[in-house]
Amino acid sequence: MAKWRGLALLLLVALAVLVAPWLAPQNPYDLAALDIIDARLPPFSHASNGPLTYWLGSDEQGRDLLSALLYGLRISLLVGVGGSFVAFAVGSMVGLWAGYRGGRSDALLMRLADLQLSFPALLVALVLLALLGPGLSKVVIALALSQWAWFARLARNEARSLAGRDYVTAAHLAGVGEIRILIRHIWPNALPTLLTAWPVQLAAAITLEATLSFLGLGAPVTQPSLGLLIANGFQYLLSGQYWISLFPGLALVLLLATLNAGADRLAKV
Amino acid sequence: MAFVLRRLLHGGFVLLVMSLLVFVAVYAIGNPVDLLVDPNADAADKARTMAALGLDQPLFTQYLHFLKGALTGDLGHSFIHGTPAVTLILERMPATLELAVTALLLALVVGLPLGLWAGARKGWPAKVVEGIALLGFSLPTFWVGLALILVFAVVLGWLPPGGRGPTIEILGIDLSCLSLEGWRYLLLPAATLALFKTSLLIRLTQQGTVRALAGDAVRFARSRGLSEARIVAVHVGKPLLTSLVTVVGMEFGSVIAFAVVTETIFGWPGMGKLLIESINTLDRPVIVAYLLVTTTLFVILNLLADLACAALDPRLRLGAEETGHG
Amino acid sequence: MPMKTPRILFALLLGLALHLPVQAADLSIGLAADVSSLDPHYLNVAPNIAIASHFFDTLVTVDADSKLAPGLAESWKAINATTWEFKLRRGIKFSDGSELTTEDVVFSLNRPATLTNSPGPFTPFTKIISGKQAVDAHTLRLTTSQPYGPLPLDLSSIFIVSKKAAENASSEDFNSGKALVGSGPYTLLRFKRGESIEMARNALWWGYRDGRATQWDKVTFRLLPADGPRLAALLAGQVDAIEGAPAADLPRLKADARFHLEQRISWRTLFLQLDQYRDKSPFITDANGKALEKNPLKDARVRLALSKAIHRQALTERTLEGLGVPAANVVSPGILGHVAARKVEAYDPDGARQLLQEAGYADGFSLTLHGPNNRYINDDQILQTVAQFWSRIGVKTKVETMPLSVYFGRLRKADFSIGLLGWGSLAGDFALKNLVATPNAAEGWGAWNWGQYSNPKVDQLLHESLASVDDGKRRKLAEQTATAALGDTALIPLHHQIATWAMKKGLRATPRLDEFTFAWQFRPE
Repeated sequence: MAKWRGLALLLLVALAVLVAPWLAPQNPYDLAALDIIDARLPPFSHASNGPLTYWLGSDEQGRDLLSALLYGLRISLLVGVGGSFVAFAVGSMVGLWAGYRGGRSDALLMRLADLQLSFPALLVALVLLALLGPGLSKVVIALALSQWAWFARLARNEARSLAGRDYVTAAHLAGVGEIRILIRHIWPNALPTLLTAWPVQLAAAITLEATLSFLGLGAPVTQPSLGLLIANGFQYLLSGQYWISLFPGLALVLLLATLNAGADRLAKV
Repeated sequence: MAFVLRRLLHGGFVLLVMSLLVFVAVYAIGNPVDLLVDPNADAADKARTMAALGLDQPLFTQYLHFLKGALTGDLGHSFIHGTPAVTLILERMPATLELAVTALLLALVVGLPLGLWAGARKGWPAKVVEGIALLGFSLPTFWVGLALILVFAVVLGWLPPGGRGPTIEILGIDLSCLSLEGWRYLLLPAATLALFKTSLLIRLTQQGTVRALAGDAVRFARSRGLSEARIVAVHVGKPLLTSLVTVVGMEFGSVIAFAVVTETIFGWPGMGKLLIESINTLDRPVIVAYLLVTTTLFVILNLLADLACAALDPRLRLGAEETGHG
Repeated sequence: MPMKTPRILFALLLGLALHLPVQAADLSIGLAADVSSLDPHYLNVAPNIAIASHFFDTLVTVDADSKLAPGLAESWKAINATTWEFKLRRGIKFSDGSELTTEDVVFSLNRPATLTNSPGPFTPFTKIISGKQAVDAHTLRLTTSQPYGPLPLDLSSIFIVSKKAAENASSEDFNSGKALVGSGPYTLLRFKRGESIEMARNALWWGYRDGRATQWDKVTFRLLPADGPRLAALLAGQVDAIEGAPAADLPRLKADARFHLEQRISWRTLFLQLDQYRDKSPFITDANGKALEKNPLKDARVRLALSKAIHRQALTERTLEGLGVPAANVVSPGILGHVAARKVEAYDPDGARQLLQEAGYADGFSLTLHGPNNRYINDDQILQTVAQFWSRIGVKTKVETMPLSVYFGRLRKADFSIGLLGWGSLAGDFALKNLVATPNAAEGWGAWNWGQYSNPKVDQLLHESLASVDDGKRRKLAEQTATAALGDTALIPLHHQIATWAMKKGLRATPRLDEFTFAWQFRPE
């Protein structure tokens, strides 16, 4: 039961994100649709010009928060999935190869991975973005670069244990090429473990994107992701205009809690 | 002894690689002279400033010069403050360390008992505590900070929303934790920083406890009629301690990293805030110094954690090299 | 949850919360920017200058309304087009008791050029001085390499230090207080970097004789760059006053009887600079993203249309929450070169569309607007609001913001098509020399005119204005220059920034045009 509830919630989020353009009362990224006169209106306010109701209030540019939230969720998911997927692909390729081949390349690559893992991902991403400049594509790069080592370590350990299995040895003796063994025998067998580990890193990637955007190094100001929406609302928090930060924050937490709960279940299966 | 030496060498290697990466990366950002030179300055003024800062040299020469200085503890002068970058970092370090240590202690004080309790009891306590830990994992640090500010500073008005407040100087170090007024400022940022680690500790302790209690040793001890308290202390406590030391040693690094976020939100005058400021002003020597000083800190802490584990469990000494950090 | 255990602690803390009483003659002020060094010649940035003004004097000072006033020099005059004579006050003592003479002044004028490791030196103010001659201990003659009217204004930026104390001192010696020997109204007690600067009244200060007493015995400046903590410090009574009160909290502060606000239009004017020299500007395309044949910003009608499309009233009232007034000039009211007759461009989207059509852009075009995100009041939001207005007349506008450090560098390399800049200047001709004069690196003209607006008439007027040592004549010429440049929409003025100080009840302050915060501005009610 519980398993399905979580999955249903995730599907609901995914669906909301997919149909956001039709669901949202406003396109929050179309500047011509915004009206500065409607800035910072509390929830349930009506637009000064037009039929729109700001169910969750509006932000400091007069952007409908409900729409901004739906679109922001979309960006958070896209960037998180993108970043962790690249990390997953690169990391597991490197790891599987190193683990299967062993020897000097293994030692070198794992040294590199360890070196990076001894640094918190946040610091790595922070410095990378300070260098690359802000922007979502750069956040994806920073996420991939700060997470690949984790996947590489995991994949390498999997490959090490798989490389000793009988069927691999048999294939080797039968004269099957290395690349072929890697693709046909090692990769499919390591995949379940790697996939199980993915949701945790996906949640981490989404958190990281939100944090970087919060610090002003992520999403562009005219296309706020959840982290940036929260940051924008921060300066109004002290004066009691809570809704700009609160609702995007709740959406983010809900998304992350669902993902983490899902990851837990997967890990226990 | 050989073990310590090997770890030290490894640490030195890490530092060297870091210095090169950081130097090349950070020195590619942009030209700080454009930011700082007065708009009325002419080309000659700018060239003179570039030369004085050594920015006109080839990158490699700049690095060698930097490395030579680094070996003598000189990581260059801050462009903005005109003082040694290392001095700046070290000045701000006590504030960050106070915050980080308070957060870790808070996490230990809350996380350990909860984890033990949940691990020893099955049923709803375990479920509730698990839920709390899950929530703690899912809350981004910055959001926790904002929520705490909203509740305790804006709505209830009990605690200040930021800043460091008064400090008391002891041995030349300013500390907040020596006065009640200081604690009012320390509490929210420390709690923010502690939440994630608390969840981690709850989870590890709980899992460790469950595993230990299911083991043969405990069953045997129970059959011998030993008291439950003693069983927990000997058979659960000791293995837990080993893994906890490792975790605390490793996680300290991430506490320092997330202090960057926490300090920015709460305006806590630590070295994390200095890092963000320096990124904004392109004060390269300070960015480089921050990264190298924290790397050194991580290397030392990892070494200490390894040594402590080895002392607690001699078997680990042999395997330490092979497993690395998981 | 970690919040549960400390609940008892909360109760304890609440009961015992200390509030240190502040003595009547003590003052503490929360500053909105970090002070990086106490060496008054090291880094030419406003926060450092504000603090140095407490310890040191200048030959000429600038009063709250930015009018020149006698400082250490009781009088000055231009003897001919390139020679100036300054008469020092007699009997002025440094805080160590030694007397201040022309020797110290000459030393101080020479010192900026010797601090070669400064990334932002004070040399732009001193390098036009080609000769320094101490006629006697109290008379100084300065020669400039070419006729230069604003010399007294430039000298209001050079602090006079004691030669004896500073001769072999490093910047660090100033921070520790060892070399910090000045003739100003305060002396240093303690500098805690990144946290606070404590200072005490200088009993030897010469100002007392003139009746310019300062009533604060001890002044503490707390460095609180983040809005939240700065406001919190005021609310909690830790500081008596703050500068840069956060816009979002002004209504609350106004309504609170425990506090008092002082506001004034500051010298800082925000405007948009436009690329007017390249045929293909990097961030301009047609409405569909295809490259344009020519750069629309070269057409004065397009520039005017962009100006007309901006609803400056909505911008200052909503985006800035009242912390700005719509601008038609590049310098604030009351400053030399401000043309009072110029009207703020009215919000006229239909007129703007009409102009675009006449210029051949009936379908509009696309551009990206660039600006900083940590420099001016609500800067990143100003850009987004402008983008809203422009999008409504068919100019699809994207916004890209970045930290000041990155922004200024790229701006001056002309990496952008349109950029936001805020300028604080005490003379309009001076500002225009930087902003709209045809760039000429050798003479330092048009240093910030990255868009390369170029108008021979404006250049000619500027030359005449800056070379005139007669104030009345200069004022007239400066206004003519501004009228010529702005009539051509050389840049698009947005608003003059309003600076806000918040203080506890019982205090009053004289707000300064140049946004500086000095202890002597504050007085008991």
